[in-house]
Amino acid sequence: MLRGLWKLTWLEIKIFVREPMGVVGTIGIPVLLFVLMGRIFGGQLQTGSPRLRSFMRLEMPVFAAVLIALSAVLSLVTIVSIYREGGILKRLRATPLRPHTILAAHVIVKLLFTALTLAAMFIAGRRYYLSIGDASVFGFAIALLVSTFSILSIGFVIASLVPTARFAQPIGTLILYPMIGLSGLFVQIDTLPTPLQIASKVMPTTYAVSLLKGMWRGDPWSAHAVDIAGLLVVFGVCVAISSRVFRWE
Amino acid sequence: MECVEGLRRPDRGTISVLGLDPIRDVYELQRRIGVQLQAAQLQKRIKVWEAVDLWASLYRTAVNGDRLLEQLGLADKRNGWFMTLSGGQKQRLFIALALINDPEIVFLDELTTGLDPQARRAIWDLVRGIRERGKTVFLTTHLMEEAERLCDRVAIIDHGRIVDIGAPDALVSRHCPERSIVLATADAGAAARFRRLSSVETVAGDGFEFTITGHGDDFIRQVMQCLLDNQITVTDFRIVLPTLEDVFLKVTGHSIRD
Repeated sequence: MLRGLWKLTWLEIKIFVREPMGVVGTIGIPVLLFVLMGRIFGGQLQTGSPRLRSFMRLEMPVFAAVLIALSAVLSLVTIVSIYREGGILKRLRATPLRPHTILAAHVIVKLLFTALTLAAMFIAGRRYYLSIGDASVFGFAIALLVSTFSILSIGFVIASLVPTARFAQPIGTLILYPMIGLSGLFVQIDTLPTPLQIASKVMPTTYAVSLLKGMWRGDPWSAHAVDIAGLLVVFGVCVAISSRVFRWE
Repeated sequence: MECVEGLRRPDRGTISVLGLDPIRDVYELQRRIGVQLQAAQLQKRIKVWEAVDLWASLYRTAVNGDRLLEQLGLADKRNGWFMTLSGGQKQRLFIALALINDPEIVFLDELTTGLDPQARRAIWDLVRGIRERGKTVFLTTHLMEEAERLCDRVAIIDHGRIVDIGAPDALVSRHCPERSIVLATADAGAAARFRRLSSVETVAGDGFEFTITGHGDDFIRQVMQCLLDNQITVTDFRIVLPTLEDVFLKVTGHSIRD
């Protein structure tokens, strides 16, 4: 059924591009913000405090990557809810298309636009932030792909449980964005109270941030086996849950 | 209907369509049937030809999509977005998608609900066209007129159970065998003469316009013969036959239901 997958994916890309505001929101605005931040703080890369310099070099790109991945997941949750509510999912399912093909097409579209946004951001931000010296762009991209899949699986659990499209967006936001706060990006995890530390341990963003930081610094993969395992466990558990509870209508 | 199409798991019982189990053999079944779902939508910004093209790519065999669009009067909307189509055009597109794989059975679920009379009639012609090409059409409707005009066999369903099934004519003669004649005459003795006829059951009227009900194949002939024999002058004469709607109301009861 590969033919159906590519055709559907290509169609969804075309349909997405036909909504100009969606494209601006997905690609244009993040790139613009990134460049603006670079213009404002860029000068401090050399002259700022060591803490700020390290933040700009390391945390900032990771933060941007996780943020983009989260917003892709959120938009997937919304689109799945809209398709379900409109009966589009049901209509597609009444064809020889396999259910996972329909969802895979959306995942591919989201990943593609995430990659495109990040590529545009990093090209635009290069002047301000990065000396890609030790960072392996390829390794970082793979790490981000694994992370996005893991976060995406949470998205599917949300999409499975949220009753209407109108709820999907706020509930998704409420669940996904606080994960950044507990991910160790801004606050060290071991300084958090114990319950939050435990919460942090079950969230894919925590492992994603650790892995992405590592890749950005140029760590070897072997140093992050725990992170990868964490991401895979979350992915496995969430896929198992959502394949049981996902509703097509 | 969704159980038959393999979209919903039945609570109990067994279903066989073309010798296939709709749940177990769902992919094989979906290759051989065409489905139009009640209240379905497509992506707002998908173009008509793109939808047809996608659907055509999903089946091993597919008919010519452009010709299909032409037959359904959608050729000039080929490049239009789904969201710009009218209700009738959307339904015709869904019919096109249901026919794209040249199915053996076509399922149409409340096809004309919410359409204006012109669009409804145009779609009826399409359904007759499908039937004439030798396909089995399985449709659900709330419009008894639609069932009467399109169907060879009708099943009346009340609260999820089949109350009766048969040809529309057979259902009418089984449940509503009585016929009525409405006529207008100034002849004062007419009513009494009608009452004496063996096939007449009731005669109601205000002294000028009468409604005569009766049953049996001989009823209409008897009334006409009576008019001729007695030289009764009539200024109006109508035969009122019961319809499938009368049958429906009779077998399901008259109370308002959800």
